[in-house]
Amino acid sequence: MTADKPTASPFDASGLTVAWGGRPVLWNVDLRLPAQGMSAVVGPNGAGKSTLIKAALGLAPVLTGQVRLLGEPAARVRRRIAYMPQRNSVDWDFPVSVRDVAAMGLYGRVGWLRRLGKRHLEAADAALERVGLADFRHRQIGRLSGGQQQRVFLARALAQEAELLLLDEPFSGIDAASEAAILGVLAELEREGRHIVCIHHDLGTVAAYFDHVTLLNAVVVASGPPAEALAEDTLRRAYDASGLRPRAVAA
Amino acid sequence: MSLFWQVDFPALLAAGLASGLCALLGNFLVLRRESLLGDAIAHAVLPGIVGGFVLAGALAAPAMLAGALAAALVAAGAIHIVRRLGRIEPGAAMGAVFTVMFATGVFMLEQAAGRNLHIDADCVLYGQLEDILWLDAPDVSALPREVWTLAGVFAVAVAAVLLLAKEVRLAVFDPAFAAALGFRPGLLHLGLVLFVAAAAIASFEAVGSILVIAMLICPPAAARLMTDDYRTQILLSTALGVGSAFAGYGLAGFAPAFFGADWSLNAAGCIAAVSGLAVAAAALFGPRRHSFAGAAASLGRG
Repeated sequence: MTADKPTASPFDASGLTVAWGGRPVLWNVDLRLPAQGMSAVVGPNGAGKSTLIKAALGLAPVLTGQVRLLGEPAARVRRRIAYMPQRNSVDWDFPVSVRDVAAMGLYGRVGWLRRLGKRHLEAADAALERVGLADFRHRQIGRLSGGQQQRVFLARALAQEAELLLLDEPFSGIDAASEAAILGVLAELEREGRHIVCIHHDLGTVAAYFDHVTLLNAVVVASGPPAEALAEDTLRRAYDASGLRPRAVAA
Repeated sequence: MSLFWQVDFPALLAAGLASGLCALLGNFLVLRRESLLGDAIAHAVLPGIVGGFVLAGALAAPAMLAGALAAALVAAGAIHIVRRLGRIEPGAAMGAVFTVMFATGVFMLEQAAGRNLHIDADCVLYGQLEDILWLDAPDVSALPREVWTLAGVFAVAVAAVLLLAKEVRLAVFDPAFAAALGFRPGLLHLGLVLFVAAAAIASFEAVGSILVIAMLICPPAAARLMTDDYRTQILLSTALGVGSAFAGYGLAGFAPAFFGADWSLNAAGCIAAVSGLAVAAAALFGPRRHSFAGAAASLGRG
């Protein structure tokens, strides 16, 4: 597939405008992420980073424009895309085990109404092994550290064996060991030829972790290699401009 | 046939089915952290029930069911709109919508009662468990209509929960991820709303809407304090619902006599109270919750 279209961008937004409750969150976003290397999207709170990924997946109200993933509309390539929502988007007190959550990554392949088989559970266990959580598979997800919970989410995404991974803040609020583990797995995935797009919050590590950075604040302020995108003037434009927006908007 | 089979058995059957049904469905509300939605739907269906009743001119189950389902959809839509437009917290949106709809239902009920139609607020709130009789026992086909309705809704609900076990679990746990995979969490949620409305209407004649609300929330909440396993959570809360019905019914019938009184308690009220006690017991002794000593220690640390 990639051999046919070597130049196809895994993530290609054009003229994308998204509004929540009548207020535009993303404004006329044109963004073509490169096929090679790990990409990060950074920006202040309320800049529309999560909304960008949600819009790409068809989970946000798109007013105008479109996003093509792997060269196609998301609805046609759902099986080939893994989405990792923010850790705080779910209730970790929920009565499911670590293995149950990892196995959810296989639901798309299993399809409606059908049950998981033994090989699906084995695939879930293999994904947990890869993120170093094999020993925790029977534990309830609330009895894990924040970093381990993040790794469960990554295992669920791994189980999908997707070509494109869209990760919302995979490094947020976790310990150093989990950060290293997640980064290691992402680097492996990248070497396997998978495309990785992360929303990232830490400007201190973004240049070290990623090959391509997009600075977002409702509009694309800059997009390119870290040294280029993270110049002083672009950072000021992305982060200072947020001070000019009404407080309620930034929430 | 003895009095037990003619009077107590059909009442126990209706109470057990209604409680088990509500407890089963309530799981998904409690796990979604939307317990109040059950309360909202149980109240909001009232204008639909009365509307269906007035239009059909009798306690015709299909008309009232259709009215209740329509009212539940209106309520769910209105809650959604109030949340979006008003940007207020979900509990406030639900509270605003269901009280207005319930008030409308009470108003309609009064108008209907004024026209000498046989439907009244007491029946809706407390149910008429004592009126569910199986006079022709043991003729199964002569079981009261309420029991058949409840059994039917119960069977369909169990089938749906079994068939969609994987999809429901995913949609309740992580709706965004479910949607990204192409499962339809919004559609599944709408299905849940309709099932809760159907359970409310099937139950209200027998046990009343107060017991419906208690059973949607108390058994699942108690089970939440007792297990970390999803299957156990659902099975245990359904069992707790049925168990509360039996214990509450027994308590209502026999407790006053035990103390030498010659009156009996309202069965639906007793069942709701027993389910509340189950929550209290689970909160105090449930394996999943901190003991008082643990809570005191964490307060001391904090």
